[in-house]
Amino acid sequence: MLWPKRLLRVALKGLIKNRMRSLLTTLGVIIGVASVIVMVGIGAGAQADIETQISSLGTNMLMAFPGASRHGGVSRGAGSYNKMTLDDAEAIRERAEYISAVSGVVRSGAQVIGGTGDWSTGVMGVSPEYLEIRAWGLEEGKFFDERDIRSRAKVAVVGATIVDELFPNEDPIGQKIRINKTPFRIVGVLEEKGASGFGRDEDDTILVPVTTGLYRLSGGKYINMIFVSARSLEDSEAAEEELREILRQEHRLNPGEEDDFRIHSQAEFIEMATETQEVMTLLLGAVAAVSLIVGGIGIMNIMLVSVTERTREIGIRLAVGARSSDILVQFLTESVVLSLLGGTIGVLLAYILTTVLNDAVGMTTIIQPGVVAIAFGFAAAIGVFFGYYPARKAAMLNPIDALRYE
Amino acid sequence: MMERVIETRKVTKHYLMGDLCVKALRGVDLTVNRGEFVAIMGASGSGKSTLLNVIGCLDRPTSGQYLLDGVDTSGFSRDQYAEVRNQRIGFVFQTFNLLPRTTALDNVELPLFYDRTGKFNDPRAAAVESLERVGLGDRMHHDPSELSGGQRQRVAMARALVNNPSIILADEPTGNLDSRTSVDVLSVFQELNEQGITVLLVTHETDIAQYAKRIVVMRDGLIVSDRQVWDRRSAAQDLEAMPSHDEMVELVAEGE
Repeated sequence: MLWPKRLLRVALKGLIKNRMRSLLTTLGVIIGVASVIVMVGIGAGAQADIETQISSLGTNMLMAFPGASRHGGVSRGAGSYNKMTLDDAEAIRERAEYISAVSGVVRSGAQVIGGTGDWSTGVMGVSPEYLEIRAWGLEEGKFFDERDIRSRAKVAVVGATIVDELFPNEDPIGQKIRINKTPFRIVGVLEEKGASGFGRDEDDTILVPVTTGLYRLSGGKYINMIFVSARSLEDSEAAEEELREILRQEHRLNPGEEDDFRIHSQAEFIEMATETQEVMTLLLGAVAAVSLIVGGIGIMNIMLVSVTERTREIGIRLAVGARSSDILVQFLTESVVLSLLGGTIGVLLAYILTTVLNDAVGMTTIIQPGVVAIAFGFAAAIGVFFGYYPARKAAMLNPIDALRYE
Repeated sequence: MMERVIETRKVTKHYLMGDLCVKALRGVDLTVNRGEFVAIMGASGSGKSTLLNVIGCLDRPTSGQYLLDGVDTSGFSRDQYAEVRNQRIGFVFQTFNLLPRTTALDNVELPLFYDRTGKFNDPRAAAVESLERVGLGDRMHHDPSELSGGQRQRVAMARALVNNPSIILADEPTGNLDSRTSVDVLSVFQELNEQGITVLLVTHETDIAQYAKRIVVMRDGLIVSDRQVWDRRSAAQDLEAMPSHDEMVELVAEGE
């Protein structure tokens, strides 16, 4: 074995002497590596985007609706037998382990008068935890608290659309409005949320204490639904199970009897979106794989051609006394240096590209370490293999045949 | 007592060219003693280059024995062949076979790079010395493309000499050179031979062969004639007597 230092020097000299070829080879590695990392990064970014969008609907939210109960085998349709009360919500709050927040919800349509005129909108009676469940915040003012719930206070928190419609030029806080003729005082304004995933204007709403909504506006006993928040996304399923159990106990359902309510979970939405996203990631991954293979073929071609073209050089080296192993080590060193160089530049380029995409273009791209490793490894392996293999072939020739090679 | 440096016994070499079996050597017996200067002659296809390649351990014979310094090489491994080429034989080719884009000095140093004996403490100095020996001390940092044909052949000779080999093999070393440069190159071979190095030279030019001490003629893969040269010429003297004078000399030396 010759001194590694000398071999490295010879390999580097060889690379510098053949600048163009070295550049082209590295270019193949660079593009192969960078394109795969960026491509998969875009896929991962899109996935993250969708997850963020979904969780903006409310973190880990579960919804229970009074639902299709069956009597004597006849389904009466969803909500036909309304049997959900504030006591249910209270029971959940007390007994549930996996649920961090609960809000009974009463919904009613209402004619609102105040400020510059009147407006027809939806009024929701909710508990103070509602904002947490929906991952919603206040623009200004305050939200109502437990005391307001107990006292059935006539206070309201309004959405941005209501402010635009009724109080375009003045501070809505403290203003009086009439909801179905009952006077309310505005104590807070909700953050603007925009259209929901279902195309409804989320900001066209008024929130009042759930008891106020139930007893002063709807005048009924039953609430429309219960929103709860699981402690975490992982606990969603346990929380759903728990919610079902508690509601069944509250509704005194016998084992085997159908639920008289329905539960929808945020997890369902996420699952759906994830499925879609997985298809997309698969697609991007396939494109990326193709580009990696194309990049690999590029590397392969250049390496094959360049080593073949250097068969004479190999012949000269053999003729003056190089052993086959000397030749192999030289070419292997060259290949490894090129591949590592190209791979490193490729990774750097990918980082630069994703930064540009993220900051300048506003896309979300996420670099995944695993993909970096795979792309780097694959490109490097191809570079090394196709640098080594033809060199091996040449090194095994008789020196005179290598010298005569045209 | 004559020392046999090279001895071939019934050496044959067959090539497969497609379906055709070419018999380049058909049983060659050749013995060369230390200090000889042998010119191997013959028409193209006579097998003279093939014989030289076998002697130079660039190629293996199909059958027969080749003894180098009395040692049979038939059982040698690839690495042992490489070592023979590296340590004992200097090879000069018709087409020079220098590494392109590599300075004369680096080209000459190349064999030392593969020297495993560690006998060269300063390979660079040895390369410089070798280049000076062939009279190219002033052009050692030039690439082959910046050198004339004669200069390139001198670089190749310096490379063949750098390991202090006991045998120099030259395959048509003057084939790509004009007549004056040829004589010039031959004068270097003669000088080396004076210093005790055995020289084997393949050529098809009769006047070049006249500078050798012994002429072997081959035809169809066999030696057909083997004689000493009695009226041997001196390349150095011929060079002086060459008709080309000052201007021509400069032109040849510089341009070519």
